Amino acid sequence: MTLEPVIGLEIHVQLSTRTKMFCGCELSFGEEPNTRTCPVCLGMPGTLPTANAQAIHYGLMMGMALGSEIAPRSIFHRKNYFYPDLAKGYQISQYDIPLCSGGRLGDVRLHRIHLEEDAAKLVHVGQSGRIHGSDASIVDYNRGGTPLAEIVTEPDLHSAEQAREWLTLLRETLRQLGVSDVNMEEGSLRCDANISVRPAGTSELGTKTELKNMNSFRFLEKGINAEIERQTALIEAGETVVQETLHFDPVSGGLSPLRSKEEAHDYRYFPEPDLVPVAPTEEMLAAARAALPELPAARAERYEREWSLPADTARLFAYEPAWGDYFERVEGEPRTVANWVTELRARADSPAAVESAALTKLVALVEARTVTAGNARVVLDRLVADGGDPAEIVEREDLGAMGDSGELAGIIARVIEDNADVVERIRGGNTKAMGALVGPIMRETKGKADGGEVNRLIREQLGL
Amino acid sequence: MSDLLELTAAQAAARVRAGELDPADLWHGYRERAAADDLNAFTWVSDRDEPEAIDGDAPLGGVPIGVKDLFCTAGIPSQAGSRILEGFRPPYTATAVERLTAAGAPVLGKTNQDEFAMGSSTENSAYGPTLNPWDRTRVPGGSSGGSAAAVAAGSVPWSIGTDTGGSIRQPAALCGIVGLKPTYGAISRYGMIAFASSLDQAGPFTRDTTDAALLLAAMAGKDPCDSTSLGLPEPVRLPEATDLKGVRLGVPEELTGEGIEPGVLEAFRATLDLARELGATVETTHLPHAPQGLAAYYLIAPAECSSNLARYDGVRYGHRADAPDLLTMYTRTREEGFGAEVKRRVMLGTYALSSGYYDAYYGRAQKVRTLIARDFDYSWERFDFIVSPTAPGVAFELGAKTADPLAMYLNDFCTVPMSLAGIPAISIPNGLADGLPVGFQIAGPAFSENRILDAAHALEQAIGFDGSAGRA
Amino acid sequence: MLSRDQVLHVARLARLELTDEEIERFGSELSNVLDYIETIEQLGDLGDIPPTSHVVEVENVLRADEPRPSLPVEQALASAPEAALGGFRVPSPGAG
Repeated sequence: MTLEPVIGLEIHVQLSTRTKMFCGCELSFGEEPNTRTCPVCLGMPGTLPTANAQAIHYGLMMGMALGSEIAPRSIFHRKNYFYPDLAKGYQISQYDIPLCSGGRLGDVRLHRIHLEEDAAKLVHVGQSGRIHGSDASIVDYNRGGTPLAEIVTEPDLHSAEQAREWLTLLRETLRQLGVSDVNMEEGSLRCDANISVRPAGTSELGTKTELKNMNSFRFLEKGINAEIERQTALIEAGETVVQETLHFDPVSGGLSPLRSKEEAHDYRYFPEPDLVPVAPTEEMLAAARAALPELPAARAERYEREWSLPADTARLFAYEPAWGDYFERVEGEPRTVANWVTELRARADSPAAVESAALTKLVALVEARTVTAGNARVVLDRLVADGGDPAEIVEREDLGAMGDSGELAGIIARVIEDNADVVERIRGGNTKAMGALVGPIMRETKGKADGGEVNRLIREQLGL
Repeated sequence: MSDLLELTAAQAAARVRAGELDPADLWHGYRERAAADDLNAFTWVSDRDEPEAIDGDAPLGGVPIGVKDLFCTAGIPSQAGSRILEGFRPPYTATAVERLTAAGAPVLGKTNQDEFAMGSSTENSAYGPTLNPWDRTRVPGGSSGGSAAAVAAGSVPWSIGTDTGGSIRQPAALCGIVGLKPTYGAISRYGMIAFASSLDQAGPFTRDTTDAALLLAAMAGKDPCDSTSLGLPEPVRLPEATDLKGVRLGVPEELTGEGIEPGVLEAFRATLDLARELGATVETTHLPHAPQGLAAYYLIAPAECSSNLARYDGVRYGHRADAPDLLTMYTRTREEGFGAEVKRRVMLGTYALSSGYYDAYYGRAQKVRTLIARDFDYSWERFDFIVSPTAPGVAFELGAKTADPLAMYLNDFCTVPMSLAGIPAISIPNGLADGLPVGFQIAGPAFSENRILDAAHALEQAIGFDGSAGRA
Repeated sequence: MLSRDQVLHVARLARLELTDEEIERFGSELSNVLDYIETIEQLGDLGDIPPTSHVVEVENVLRADEPRPSLPVEQALASAPEAALGGFRVPSPGAG
């Protein structure tokens, strides 16, 4: 029996607003502890939350970019539990009426997107103040209240690798939207995975476990694989998977259950009475729509449509917008330009390697047949290595295409003369044998002859 | 000096604005009285010899005010009647109080209250009960008992409290003064220590309706710090009406029959007669779901409070118990810091919200709330105001109802429906029963404060209640 | 109506360390209150009635994303029962 993994992801994205979700404190980036706090995010008596308009705006943008339905009226809920990183003893989040429902990115359907506030940071310290053998913790509320968007997918992923690839796509999409730094190492992108296995070809879901705290793409993939292995082994041994929350230790590769918080799961959700519903107006929706950049899928489609680029080239430029932007800056016949941008990409990490003006000139030289494709590649190598002007490089290194003078005809005539046996094979019907003539001709012309022209002249001279 | 203290706040303010009275004299006079308070009405009295200076034309004329301890006042103890906040001095001031001081009413003292506004007698204060100036063996009502007693005793000319299920109106009735609960959202809740967020409202305690209007005008307004605040759509007018011509009063049977003490009912009916003489029509009506109001209230308020009080955990401020581990720190801090009634309501609320019980309890109570609001909506088609006794009885003896929480809760059954519907209601003193004050409640549609104040003013003049016995 | 176990469960959810006396007393007091509250059952099926989650019928009260001054750290920590290393010290969650 083959088992197939079924994976759903729960992603938390810190939004790059200026202030917190429910108060006016500026977001913190490594500031001294408790220097970005106020009575509201410290949960002081009598204080009240106020919802950040920009966070709502970003939430709407995300929903639109990901094809979700925007709720005509969504509300905030309180999620009640006790923990020192939760100043009020409850988190303001959204429960049964989230900002966005449904949606899709690539092959994965989305279940929902909602807004909530981040918890504070707990640093464990020992009695002596050193960080080990914790007797105590120090709470820093700087992070508490940072706006978060929680994205929950449907269980549409079926391998760790696929999960990693999809998360990469999500990250790129969110980055292009400009709503978050989406940096896993810094914590602005966090991902938990829900994993189960089932016999391949069936549709019922098995018991799932939740895998938390994987803070890099690599660990995400390793962790998911480890858990799939663990569940597979259990089931093959005739045992059952227990629903639990696990922590993946990337160093040891091991999975361990997180301390069960028992009653912590009774969050006693109820509508947040201190905030009023969010009912996006036409203006709010229009503003979100207007703020959307052209996203990958739409951009790829446009490249195919407007410039007849082949599908995979269009996709490449759409999903790597630095290259897409560069492609749009270089002038010339679009497909030729696409070709040479692709050539550059094979040689350099970033389009910054060669100024678009320089590539424009190179493309023009190729189109004017001033330089052959082969030699143009040499020019490109030089541009990447040393920069400079394409025309000057051609001049300096004598890479220019052979002109219309009889020089080429003369060289061809000589080569034909020197290779009578090849000529005989050609006349005998073996046209492929022409290659045996082209080689020496190219060598003699030092790549400056246009290949098409060479073939034409050979045929002409042989009377074919 | 004693003449000075007989002036209503409006009268005193007028003299200040006319240059006839130095607000510092008011401050000295009242501070002396507050310091001499033997009712335990105050938890803190200002130690300033001189009040802060005010503008000559400040609307509240430098008339000093008492503030329920539930309102955060920067640098001044704000304890909400609880041990868990003993000594807590917030770095911010409640918006309502800021508006009062900006309008020229300096804070003279913080007043005693039932812990976290939970109670109807002020016997739940961690700082001792407050006594009723009319009879010191009796309670002043609650939860804003200190604010009410202080005004009734003449220790401050006016004060503010909070009303969640009747905590301004009921003590006003028991102390023979005016107490107003505005429309929900009229006054900002920012800085007002939260009990039940969807019900809490600040409001004035005063000697008469004119003073109440002055305080309402100063405090009302939309506040960017409180998303649920709306302010009032029209400016507050000082009431001037002297009759009730054309006013239609509805008397709900559910709030004026069983459960009301005879003396209270007698005073109530006498006031209805007066109203008719003033030109009002009086008809009985129904609020069919009012009988379930108390039950709904005692689900919604505890549920919200159980969440609002979760922040009192010993981590960032307030009391913290000695404990070897985090869980014990939480449970012991809250066990030591909270009184019995608070614990009861936190437990009740936690239960009502807990898994498996939400729909039957909190969810259902919120539906009952809708039904009660609709009852009032239908009433406004036939009536301008709904009237009732404010409280079912006069001030009861200290300790009389502490043995049975339910008996205490029943004090609220006339006031709770208005809180659930979010509509404004005032209590004015309308007589005595067995020598103790009785209150008359007038409730109106949302944002009808001006009309309520006018009607109350007309009645107040006709009733001519003499509150001086409280101030003796 | 409320068993001792239920009382203990709720006390745990609410983080209250009740004495035995309180467990018993609250158990009976709360049961009485719950019995009274059962009167809302008399209203029968309320299926179609929408719950009032917000008394105030207003929407979209949003705050502009403009920074406001935070508290100086001394003020943030001023009321802390135990401050250390610039933060609020608490017993470690993992302990005990």
